[in-house]
Amino acid sequence: MLTLHGKVLKYGDNINTDLITPPQYLEKSLEVMAQHAMEGVDEQFTAKITPGGILVAGNNFGPGSSRETSPIALKLAGVGAIVAKFFARIFYRNAVNIGLPVLECSEVDKISDGDVLSINLQTGTIANITTGETYQATPLSEPVMDILSAGGLIPFLEKKYGRDIADGKNEAPHRY
Amino acid sequence: MGMTMAEKIIARASGKSTVKPGDFVWANVDTAMMDDLLGPRVVIADQIKKLGNRVWDKEKVVIISDHYSPAANITQAEILQFTRNWAKEYGISKYYEGLGPCHQVLAEEGFDIPGTLMVGTDSHTTTAGAFGCFGTGIGSTEMLGVLVSGQIWLRVPETMLLIWKGKLQTGVYAKDLILRSIKAIGQAGATYKVMEFTGSCIEDLTVDDRMTIANMAVEAGAKTGLIAPDQKVFAYLEKIGASKGTPLYSDPDAQFSERLEFDASELPPQIALPHEVDRVVDIAEAEGEVIHQAYLGSCTNGRYADLAEAAKILKGKKVHPDVRMLVSAASRSIYHQALKDGIIETLSEAGAMILAPSCGACLGLHSGILARAERAISSTNRNFIGRMGHKEAEIFLASPASVAAAAIAGKITDPRNYL
Repeated sequence: MLTLHGKVLKYGDNINTDLITPPQYLEKSLEVMAQHAMEGVDEQFTAKITPGGILVAGNNFGPGSSRETSPIALKLAGVGAIVAKFFARIFYRNAVNIGLPVLECSEVDKISDGDVLSINLQTGTIANITTGETYQATPLSEPVMDILSAGGLIPFLEKKYGRDIADGKNEAPHRY
Repeated sequence: MGMTMAEKIIARASGKSTVKPGDFVWANVDTAMMDDLLGPRVVIADQIKKLGNRVWDKEKVVIISDHYSPAANITQAEILQFTRNWAKEYGISKYYEGLGPCHQVLAEEGFDIPGTLMVGTDSHTTTAGAFGCFGTGIGSTEMLGVLVSGQIWLRVPETMLLIWKGKLQTGVYAKDLILRSIKAIGQAGATYKVMEFTGSCIEDLTVDDRMTIANMAVEAGAKTGLIAPDQKVFAYLEKIGASKGTPLYSDPDAQFSERLEFDASELPPQIALPHEVDRVVDIAEAEGEVIHQAYLGSCTNGRYADLAEAAKILKGKKVHPDVRMLVSAASRSIYHQALKDGIIETLSEAGAMILAPSCGACLGLHSGILARAERAISSTNRNFIGRMGHKEAEIFLASPASVAAAAIAGKITDPRNYL
């Protein structure tokens, strides 16, 4: 979980939630949504993505809807992590909550489609195996790292507070 | 050092005397709203069973089925059925269906309470900011965390202050003001920030108009869009018998990340061109663009004054023969009032189709989907590729008056030509 390897699929700025998961598929199953992931940008996306593949984009990845089905569809389609200059707020939280690592890196312009990256989530270091370059992403904040390390918000809640919640002491401690 | 309204609301919700931007806090949620699209059916219904199988406080949970209502097919009908049954099973008495888009229903039912923290499974939960309520959109898993614990972690956001002075000209509305604001800062200009709107122009606006502004704050990436609650807000709340809450206001020495000033009196009608909400131009620059559908409705601009303004323009005129005009009031009560006052009749006589109050057309789920290469002018909030139907369709966003004017002309035109 702490180190991820994958091949890059690269896209541009402002890839919004209607492009990632077009509204007409929202009534379908998550698997069907995954089959149509990124259809608004690239109809070949699901054919091209390799398991654990890394989606690299520019500014503002994921604006628009609060639909968590966007990161879920990407994860089910095989995406192992997303690296962008920055993310829209709700998408960022949703990705973390479903256990899909998202990294903010100002150097994404140096990454090309097809490059192979190795990402250290703990330090935020991104090694480009193809070019030999190394980039520094913003290290993940403590709450984000805690949730990602647990595998997402549900296992995090289960592990930390599941028993208390089940016992009726449903109080999430003020940790941060 | 002083605090902004957003900081004060978060401090209150997290039991702290002060917070500052960048702090991480666990905040107590006052209202948790789920819709049919991204509510119980996504992750929540399955996973809540592992986490105690009950909600932390039934009185603080609201469920509003608005996206798939009325259902266009069996799948949508079953989503509504599932949501309805889930609400019953978990003892959620505040369940609403068929009343209209959730953000309008929340306001009318008295959930937009000044000084409180509201989270909803819809990005336009920012609408509650018009009441000085910190409303923000969250995903389904995040909502599950709120449902079982009553809490959410937040990073305290910076606040950007947008000061609108002067008076809007005739034919220029809150929609034009927010489109211009989004153009100024860009669609990601308020990412992870709060937009607070102030100034004499904002004070002059009705609560309904302020809702249009707060609604679209998320289109600039904002966590919420706040406006200081005043006598107009308190009168609104009193009329519906809702709590006045604990109104909170930015201190005079509060720190804002940016201060932007605008003069409303110089603003002409605005329009967002396909396919980005910040591709905004003066409507004159889009004059003559042919449209096939004109949509008036949604949580952004389907309120009474929106319908009334469109009716004023359409009275005694006809919708262009090559245009389909669709009207969906933002709630049943708005529909009723518009019906009593003859507004619905005027719109229908002009050739508009009157639809149920619903989210359907706004995001291409039902009730008016666009075909390939069709173009629409819409009073809604997003014009992304594929938003209202085919991905080769095009959407222009503008005020209700601009929608009505285009419906008559068959092409985009300045609504002041009809006023």
